[in-house]
Parts: sequence; structure tokens; C-alpha cells
Amino acid sequence: MSGAAIRLSRVRARYPGAKQPAVDGVDLDLQPGEFVALVGASGSGKSTLLRTINRLVPIESGRIELDGSDVMELDPVTLRRGIGYAIQAVGLFAHMNVAQNVAVVPSLLRWDRTRIAERVDEMLELVRLDPLRYRYRRPSELSGGEAQRVGVARALAAEPRVLLMDEPFGALDAIVRRALQRELHGIVRAAETTTLFVTHDVREAQRLADRIVVMRDGRIEPPESEFARELFSDA
Amino acid sequence: MNYLIEHPARVALLAGAHLALVAAALACALAIALPVGFALARSERASRAVLALLGALYTVPSLALLALLVQALGLGPAPIFVALVAYAQFVLVRNVLAGVHAVDPGQRDAAIGVGMSPLQRALRVELPQALPIVIGGVRIAGVAMIALATLGGYVGAGGLGSLIFMGFTLHHTDEIVAGSVAVCALAIALDAALRLAERLARAH
Repeated sequence: MSGAAIRLSRVRARYPGAKQPAVDGVDLDLQPGEFVALVGASGSGKSTLLRTINRLVPIESGRIELDGSDVMELDPVTLRRGIGYAIQAVGLFAHMNVAQNVAVVPSLLRWDRTRIAERVDEMLELVRLDPLRYRYRRPSELSGGEAQRVGVARALAAEPRVLLMDEPFGALDAIVRRALQRELHGIVRAAETTTLFVTHDVREAQRLADRIVVMRDGRIEPPESEFARELFSDA
Repeated sequence: MNYLIEHPARVALLAGAHLALVAAALACALAIALPVGFALARSERASRAVLALLGALYTVPSLALLALLVQALGLGPAPIFVALVAYAQFVLVRNVLAGVHAVDPGQRDAAIGVGMSPLQRALRVELPQALPIVIGGVRIAGVAMIALATLGGYVGAGGLGSLIFMGFTLHHTDEIVAGSVAVCALAIALDAALRLAERLARAH
């Protein structure tokens, strides 16, 4: 198939000085609008793999395509502006208020002011934060769940076609986590955003994803393998 | 103190010139130290070398440096201006570096991840977050520069130093005391103002 939104072929990545590659020959296709969860233990290479897609980690060999174009041939800054990126709470800019955080990518893309202001309110409502109450708050004045909602709103503000999320709900308690999972599910389905979601929580992956990909030691584990089956039976 | 009481306008004028010289030198020093500090933050080896060099420059006696600069640039405000800018570099570059290093790596990662160019990352994320430490450096450098700028009176650059050197030449203690008190007052005022700015930047 050539219609993949994200296509990884034999991707290998290694941290400087490391003997073993962190990602060792991964093939993975995501269809447009598909939600794929990458699960695995810490150190399995799942975060590294995610970060090769927006070129935060350089690849040693292999090829990564977004809508058919090789990401290595794109300007990394432009590439990243077209990809939603959400990480754990630390990702919100501490010196900016909620509205400024959500507006980061639209303002990098030079949207006009009124369009940005409208978009910020729209995004805050989408993640169920009252714009009037939250617009001017600082990240330090938010609960973990609220901060994560803002993180999701920021990642989606510029209507990216692809969304990369790295343990976005990792630091949250179970109840808030469930609520946010449900909301995220609804939002990305409605927008048909192709999503790659990294988590170590198999149940979270099962709730959210169309497809679950298991990583171990930098490789993708076949779903029928003993390791993968054990992982799912424990969940 | 009599001189200060009898000629407040004249002392104020000299203090104004003194402050203007320091402000201009500080602005120029910061315009150098900010890009240098940000560039050095990317290389530990280079920053060690440059800090060692600036530290060495900092230990050159100010009077000797000024004498050399007068040879090169002549009398007037130029030599003292250059000396002030040079002395400020050590403190300013060191604090800019410390400020950039203090930025949480997660914040930097997010800045790159949302698609900021290196310049945008520096201006929109690293500089605002490094600001309290940078202002701390400006405060320390600024206070030292107010004291150092007194030497400007010796090379014909004006400022409060000229009052002190005049008193010295004429054996008028009044002028020396008036000049010194005014220099101290300026230094204390600048320190207080920048402490306030530092606190506001931190609270942000």
C-alpha cells in the first residue's frame, strides 16, 4: 500500500556512543486516521522510535515517510510544525500562560491574531477547560489532569494530520486518566488524526488504539510471540 | 557633604552623565554577552576556554587597562566605555550560561518538538526562563561598573569621577565626599531596582 500516513522502513537509531541501537530495524505503517499504540518496557525503544518521526532523534539507516515524502528531505522545523507532539506535564512552557501555550504552533505558523484567539478557545472547550477560567493561568497553577488537557489542546491546535504522544497521561491518577483517555479518543476520531501513542500501560493501549504494536529491545515483537501474549494476558 | 547641599543640581548632572555612561556600556556589554553566552551553552569545552579568558581579563588591574586604552583610543569617554564593556563580560557571560543551563531539558525538548527554530527557541523559551539569572548578572556587573566608571573622571569622560578627581587635585575634601556619596547612592539604587526586576522575572 502506498497510502500510508506514516511509513517506517527498516528504521535504525542509536544514541551517540551506545553499542546497541535503541531502535533496530523497525517496519511500521500507519494508515490515515489510524490510532496505533506502541507498548513496551522502558528501554524498549518505543519513545526513541516515536522521536525519530519528528526528527528529534536522527536515524542511522532506514527511511521514514509522511504522506509519501521522506522526512529527511523536509526542513525539520517545518516538519515538526505539521506534527502534533505531546509529552508528559513538563512539556508545557512554564513562563507562558495556558492560552499562549495552546497558541504556540499557530503563532509559529503566523496565523492572524483573531484566528489564534478563536482557535485557543475552541481547543480549550474541546478538552473541557472553560476558556474564561483557564486562559490566563500558568502551568504551575494547574492540576496534573488540567496540564495534560492543555498539552493535548496544544498538540492539536494547528490541526496536524499526525499526532505523536509520549506517555501523555503517565503522571495521572486512574480516574483522571480514564476521563482523559475517553476525551482523547473522541477528539482524534472526530478529526481523523493519525496517531502514534507511546505507553507502558497495556490497558491504556487497549482502550485507545485500533492496533497495538509491542516493542522489545528496539524491535517490533510479532503479536503471536510468547512475549506479546504474556503482556496482554497480564493486562 | 557641604558641596552636595550647596550644589545639588551640579551633582545631579554629573550623576546623570555617570549613569548614562554605565547604562550605555551595560547595554553594549549585554548585546555581546547574550549571543556569546547562548552560543557557548552548546559547547562545554568552548565555554570553559572563553570563561578562563574572560576571567584572566577580569584580573587585569582596571587602572592599567585604562592606561592602555587611553594609549589606543585617546582621552574622553571611549577608553572607559571599552573598559566597562570588557570587565562586564566575565560576569554577564557566566550568568547567561548559567541561566541557559538552568532551563529544564524537557522545556527545550518541547520547544524543538513543536517546531521552533534555534533562534525562536532561544528567544521564546530559553531567554525568558533564564531571565532571572541574567538579570542577576546585570545587577552585579552594573554595580561594579558604577564604581569603575569613576575612573572616567581621570581620563576626561565626565561623570561623578571628575568631581572626585577635582577634589583630589584641589585638596577639597567636600568634593571627594560629595562624589563618593553620590556614586554609592547610584550603586545602591541600581542594585535595588535590579533586585526588584529579578524578583518580578522570577515570579513570572
